[in-house]
Amino acid sequence: MSAVRCVDLCKTYRQGDQDIKALDHVSIEIGKGEFVCLSAPSGGGKTTLLNAIGGLDIPDSGEVYVDGERIDNLSKGELADLRLQHIGFVFQAYNLIPVLSARENVEFVMQVQGMPAAERREKSNAILKEVGLEGLEGRRPAEMSGGQQQRVAVARAIASRPALVLADEPTANLDSKTADELMELFTLLNKHHNTTFVIATHDQRVMTYAGRLIRMLDGRIVDDIDQRAA
Amino acid sequence: MRIFGVLFRLAWRNLWRNHRRTIIMLGAIGVGVWAMIFMTALTRGMVDQMITDSIGVLPGHVQMHHPDYQDDPSIANRISISDADLKDKFDDAGFEAWASRVRVPAIITSERESRGVTLLGVDPAAESEISFFDYEGVEGRFLDDAADKGIVIGEELADTLETEIGKRVVLMSQDPDNEIADRGFRIVGLYSASTKAVEEAYAFIGKTTAQKMLHIDDATTEVVFLGDDYRNVEPIYDAVTSAVDDSVSVRRWYEIDTYLGTMMNVMDGFVLVWVVVIFMALSFGLVNTLVMAVFERVREIGLMLALGMKPGSILGQIIIESMLLMTLGLAAGNFLAWATVTPLESGIDVSIVSEGMEMWGAASVLYPKLYASDMILASGVVLLLGFLASLSPAWRASRYEPVEAITKV
Repeated sequence: MSAVRCVDLCKTYRQGDQDIKALDHVSIEIGKGEFVCLSAPSGGGKTTLLNAIGGLDIPDSGEVYVDGERIDNLSKGELADLRLQHIGFVFQAYNLIPVLSARENVEFVMQVQGMPAAERREKSNAILKEVGLEGLEGRRPAEMSGGQQQRVAVARAIASRPALVLADEPTANLDSKTADELMELFTLLNKHHNTTFVIATHDQRVMTYAGRLIRMLDGRIVDDIDQRAA
Repeated sequence: MRIFGVLFRLAWRNLWRNHRRTIIMLGAIGVGVWAMIFMTALTRGMVDQMITDSIGVLPGHVQMHHPDYQDDPSIANRISISDADLKDKFDDAGFEAWASRVRVPAIITSERESRGVTLLGVDPAAESEISFFDYEGVEGRFLDDAADKGIVIGEELADTLETEIGKRVVLMSQDPDNEIADRGFRIVGLYSASTKAVEEAYAFIGKTTAQKMLHIDDATTEVVFLGDDYRNVEPIYDAVTSAVDDSVSVRRWYEIDTYLGTMMNVMDGFVLVWVVVIFMALSFGLVNTLVMAVFERVREIGLMLALGMKPGSILGQIIIESMLLMTLGLAAGNFLAWATVTPLESGIDVSIVSEGMEMWGAASVLYPKLYASDMILASGVVLLLGFLASLSPAWRASRYEPVEAITKV
């Protein structure tokens, strides 16, 4: 069973008088444990596809399956449950909750899931250590650098061991050194935990880390390359 | 319950994100709640005093009359139960504060003026348990016993009649045969009451003297009973009712003096309206604060929704934030009210507006009363209305589409 399967997805936005096709009959299948990069220029449809896979946006037509379950026809509450239990998100602009410390941000999803405090604490300690933030657990986002904040966001995304992690331009606000460190971390987590990663980016260096590169243009998939074979 | 922990933490910390705004809002709620409770305490004190004063001299908490006395308070409608029988019925049954009286309309005449008054023939020993005025404060003396031949009138009435202690007045009324019953009395004392209207309305003579003057042997026109609390007269009403038969009518004070009864209900309603009106003013600030708080956090709310938090939890978080704000404001307001009303419970002198106060039947010293029930009412109304006022911004926050909210700058 594949981790993600999209069948003939279409999504059109209206911008002024113009209809913009963000997804134009897109079909893809991503296996469990794959490390995939979606690459496209701005407006190419990669974020829309990522949002459709994550249940954040509903396509106009087509079907989306995550872990074998069709999700495009789920209610808001069911989609929230799906995201909570099965998907980890890393966004472009860190997107941490500013009133919570690093540890509390990491524990946030687990707490909403209803995980007991002791178990949460154990997992957050382990994951913060794994992403190199040991000793910074009590700091709030405003007291951390951009790279550290993005690491916290990654730790939050993977702390509850989701089957799928979706990352939208995760390195866009990072310098090249920090971006490399983050991608190495992603690669490590992908290998260690067999977590499926789907990363939307137009950063060439990020693409080199991916096992599979899917190129999009004007809402369509124009290329699907297995980089391991290459 | 675990989700409540994270919602509470988020709500509490978000509350203090903008310290200045929160403190201003807390100040507004605190002062508003203080105003609600302080004004209510003043009103309660005034109404309590009006009712207590009036009940002390007029209806008592429960009264017993001839069934027709309410419509025609003349000597014809007297209670034909002897004093001895009344003593058997009520003293032996354990009633402590009760007194039988002769109470009829009469004309009092001095050498200069005449006035209509209510003549009260009383037994001073029995009245001392229930009467409204301070016997020590009577100028001259009060009646010595039920057979005293003197008369005690109010200071205001003495002024009106242009008479004084030691002078004689004539009381005139009707006996049961509709013949004139009159008698001369020497003024032995002048009483003062909380209002001039009371001082002008009542003239006290001995009960036995009144019975003789009106030719009614040992009959009376009313028996008055006083309990501990005018708001809870049912126990004493039930006890009196069960002790007598249908030849007499037993009524509660608010059935006899409907003005006072209505006044109490109106004041209860006024307190509620006052609390609601103040809150309406406060609610603009509250809703504005919450709308701003939600507006500033659109992106965060989108993030939480994207991470899998349910819209209901977002709603809950905003409502908890509002309730925390309300609770802190309530605590401050209640404390402020307690700290300011308690020292004033010994009385506020408002003699500068005594004439206006008297029009209401109130005295020139106000005794604010802080009732726990009023504090609970004000707090309950604020919490309930605060909850309702926060629903709109909370609902708005919970309806955000995560994908749109998260990209808001």
